[in-house]
Amino acid sequence: MAQDVWRGAFPSRGGLGRKRGRRLKEGAIAGLFFAAATVGALTTAGIILSLIGETIAFFRVVSFVEFVTETEWTPLFSVKKFGIWALVSATALTSLIALLVAVPLGLMSAIYLSEFAKPRVRAVLKPALEVLAGVPTVVYGFFALTVMTPFLQRFIDMSLFNALSPGIVMGVMIVPLVASLSEDAMSSVPQSLREGAYGLGATRMEVATRVVVPAALSGIVASVILALSRAVGETMIVAIAAGQNPTFTFDPTVPVMTMTTYIVQVSLGDTPYGSLEYRTLFAVGSTLFVLTFVMNIFSFWFVRRFREVYD
Amino acid sequence: MAVTSAEQFPAQEQFRPRLSIRKVYGTVFTAIGLVAILVGLGMLAWLLLDTLVTGLPWLDWQFLTGFDSRFPARAGAKAAIYGTAYMMFFTIVVALPLGVMSAIYLEEYARDGKVKSFIQINIANLAAVPSIIYGLLGLQVFVRWMELGRSVLAGSLTMALLILPIIVVATQEALRAVPPSIRDASYGVGATRWETVRHHVLPYALPGILTGNILAASRAIGESAPLITIGALTYVPFTPENPLDRFTVLPIQIFNWVSRPQEDFQGVAAAGIIVLLVVLLLMNSVAIFLRQKLQRRF
Repeated sequence: MAQDVWRGAFPSRGGLGRKRGRRLKEGAIAGLFFAAATVGALTTAGIILSLIGETIAFFRVVSFVEFVTETEWTPLFSVKKFGIWALVSATALTSLIALLVAVPLGLMSAIYLSEFAKPRVRAVLKPALEVLAGVPTVVYGFFALTVMTPFLQRFIDMSLFNALSPGIVMGVMIVPLVASLSEDAMSSVPQSLREGAYGLGATRMEVATRVVVPAALSGIVASVILALSRAVGETMIVAIAAGQNPTFTFDPTVPVMTMTTYIVQVSLGDTPYGSLEYRTLFAVGSTLFVLTFVMNIFSFWFVRRFREVYD
Repeated sequence: MAVTSAEQFPAQEQFRPRLSIRKVYGTVFTAIGLVAILVGLGMLAWLLLDTLVTGLPWLDWQFLTGFDSRFPARAGAKAAIYGTAYMMFFTIVVALPLGVMSAIYLEEYARDGKVKSFIQINIANLAAVPSIIYGLLGLQVFVRWMELGRSVLAGSLTMALLILPIIVVATQEALRAVPPSIRDASYGVGATRWETVRHHVLPYALPGILTGNILAASRAIGESAPLITIGALTYVPFTPENPLDRFTVLPIQIFNWVSRPQEDFQGVAAAGIIVLLVVLLLMNSVAIFLRQKLQRRF
């Protein structure tokens, strides 16, 4: 009855019909947004599906045991050997060198920015440091090959392609990652903890190293793991400057071939679809994906598990 | 009987503040922190200076308007510049609406629950997947299954998926910065959810969304690994005419020049890097300008 009154009051508009139309439109829009949001999940599914199919096909021909126990990688030669360790060792070597550079530099930068820098200094230095993360990786590769390697060759006897130079340059690239995530973690340590330590007579450095860093440790560890994951997946720097020799070695002065470099090398050639060489791309890609995925998940888990919560 | 404080608190005699030496440690420590930052920035300066010195002599009109060549003096970046522009156009056309809509769903529509946290964790994880893995995805899904070939379109779709997580996260942050009171006021006068988002939330969040998208696009411009994997060309004496043409982009062209044995091509590569960095610098300046000038604070 009340409805009839309303209808009488606004005769020109469609009343209920318009309301239904509005609701339909709302529902359609909500559905559209939800569909867009599922693209992320579909991407993950797509990555896993596209890797898994070719990887299974690869392991029908090559035994998994050979893949994880051999140390020679010669899939493009006539005598084919598929020992992933030749590639994994190179990835591990370049990534560890990168961490040796990035962790001390990034952590000290973070401590300085969070605990010592005056706000105005910080406002200049922090964005300046972030620029390092915005430089395209191919530029770092160029720098490693044409500047860093010749520079290092003055002091160390080593070949033009080596693990040391791209490792160092990669380390510089991931400094902002370590620095900014660690700094976020340190900045969120409550001021009262610092003041408590000052009250007991601690100096600024003691507050930073014995109160703030331990309190922010979960965030710092997570940032280091994410940086490691970035270094493991980094492609262009090592493809340009680390060489293309798949050898199982931990000598940083000789050419090596990382997993990512192998993918680039095969992609540059014209590998026929469905061939064994084509499938090695996905076998190596799966290994890379699993390694980085485990690191990423561990990093997320670590933050949540060991985060100190202050109210 | 009087008890001296030393008898009462024996530890007190051992307490030596050594304050001056601790302060010296502190000063040294601060200096090390500053040096750590300056090492990073010094590397950046070294890289930029060296690139400028090597590349500027090669950067001329011929370089910008000519196609690639076997001869360093005649090598140009025209195909790469066009390829980058084409690829970025399609990448943004695909990634921007998808990313913004995903973010609107997550921030404005989704209820807290399993679905939302699943999508959210998934996006955080995608952001950390190595870019070359996206290349393998693109190779299998776009190049093979969808039969797009090694085309601009296949490259753009791959890049769109790569930058999608960045856009979603940035847009979410921009939406979150709009205070809930704006939404409540809109609902209060009878607006629907979409009307609230369309007329009230989006206008305020727009500068933040644009900034995030520009930064995501500048990530895509510098990427080369996924495009090498899907088979973008390294020698292209033509500009792409339609989305299904083969193509190259600036970073791949640079990679190709760096890999050539002739010394002079290092100069050509450096010239290419200067062009790439100038483009990135311009984009970042626009992003910073938008953030400074248009951002509203509540």
